[in-house]
Amino acid sequence: MIEEKFDAIVVGAGMAGNAAALTLAQRGLNVLQLERGEYSGSKNVQGAILYADMLEKLIPDFRDEAPLERHLVEQRFWMMDDNSHVGLHYRSEAFNEERANRYTIIRAQFDKWFSSKVKEAGATVLCETTATELVQNDKGKVIGVRTDRTGGLIHADVVVLAEGVNGLLGTRAELRTRPKPENVALAVKEMHFLPREAIESRFNLKGDEGVVIEAAGTISRGMTGMGFIYANKECVSLGIGCLVSDFQKTGETPYGLLERFKSHPSVAPLIEDSEVKEYAAHLIPEGGYKAIPKLYGDGWVVVGDAAQLNNTIHREGSNLAMTSGRIAAEAIFQVKSRKDEMSAKNLSLYKTMLDESFVMKDLKKYKDMPGLMHVNSQNFFLTYPQLVSKAMQSFVRVDGTPKAEKERKSMRAFVEARSWVGLFGDAFRLARAWR
Amino acid sequence: MSDPSVRVEDKLFYNRYLVDAGRAHIKVKPHTTPPAALLNMLTLCPARCYELNEAGQVEVTVDGCVECGTCRIVAEPSGAIEWTYPRGGYGVLFKFG
Repeated sequence: MIEEKFDAIVVGAGMAGNAAALTLAQRGLNVLQLERGEYSGSKNVQGAILYADMLEKLIPDFRDEAPLERHLVEQRFWMMDDNSHVGLHYRSEAFNEERANRYTIIRAQFDKWFSSKVKEAGATVLCETTATELVQNDKGKVIGVRTDRTGGLIHADVVVLAEGVNGLLGTRAELRTRPKPENVALAVKEMHFLPREAIESRFNLKGDEGVVIEAAGTISRGMTGMGFIYANKECVSLGIGCLVSDFQKTGETPYGLLERFKSHPSVAPLIEDSEVKEYAAHLIPEGGYKAIPKLYGDGWVVVGDAAQLNNTIHREGSNLAMTSGRIAAEAIFQVKSRKDEMSAKNLSLYKTMLDESFVMKDLKKYKDMPGLMHVNSQNFFLTYPQLVSKAMQSFVRVDGTPKAEKERKSMRAFVEARSWVGLFGDAFRLARAWR
Repeated sequence: MSDPSVRVEDKLFYNRYLVDAGRAHIKVKPHTTPPAALLNMLTLCPARCYELNEAGQVEVTVDGCVECGTCRIVAEPSGAIEWTYPRGGYGVLFKFG
């Protein structure tokens, strides 16, 4: 049992927890970090893309030693129907820069390295330890946590809840509620191993160049969801996720969706003859700005996925996690430096600082997008992709039909499917939510 | 496209686990007729931990659980299940994540 009292306890060792623990330790605070996995990273699941800018703020020279896979030179968006895709691809030589902007990573390996930096900075990292209870005094101030290993109470001035999307401590202590099924997506993912050369030729890459494919359309069977394919050095991360509430309504299975996505004629050749080495599933916060819970209180702050900080439009989460962890730690450091109490009033500095960062500004910008996409999922994920695919087919197929007639036919298909009011309404709502 | 038959057991076979024998981290509340939330889990659980027994009740076997927490979101609020994390060090051990 640990008798010591810590300046701060960080619960969880994902992107947010590691960023917080590292920053606190770098500032000289006495930090305990708790992780339930056998090592930091062994319970963490992500696609995964690393955003360099946010990590540079924590570890400026991370590129020299972090286990990075490929730097991204190309982004592909695919709108899919059952046997085709319409693609928007952006590839630029400008991304072949010395300090690349985005990398693919393998989370279990990356997080293990990230955690080694946390330890180097002086934090105590206790793995294989599940935090079971947030302990509050009679005034409701958080004073520490209990775990399944140490038995007793471990005291701290402040607890940083970086416990992920299934943050148990916060909900048990009624600091926030569980995410609702309409505010989380369930994603399943496989790791497909292939020889390096096969990945580079199939994805049109050389050296450590990488590519990301994000796909939407009939692959999600009318549900709000996306598929993704990320090229790593010697494996491909491939997965698909949809809103939990949509899965409930349709009775579709996540592994059924995954198998269909893999067998799609645009996808199958990319992973042909691969060896699958892992199957994972994870929840992704999708509620956006409106689903963010209270972020601080007496003796606690919440960061990362546990706080629903995820930009669903740009598929960004780990950078918001890292940034919120760092900012929370900086706020705690400021309060501590002033020798002030870790009260809700003083910790509100975290919220103020977060509001000024890209984290809250981006989430606020897209505050209406989840509502739009979640309510009209049939149109955006089933009807439009099919219509666009048909129109493209008609556009490129040469069959003697006059072009004007082809255009009229394609336009008519859109109007019949959605009506003029529906089409303009969708365009208007999309533009307004995007603004 | 028809639903291709998927053997989830084959997928779980890729994964490493340290099973905490006799300490299931998810428990189904005894019932005669399963509530909707439990029936949801028959198709929703990505590791197919939830199955219908011969008496028509939903049972859970957590050995292959990938700890996504979907059942916590769907079935815990109504009390149909009890959900917690496995003890430290136990459960799924991701190599890649």
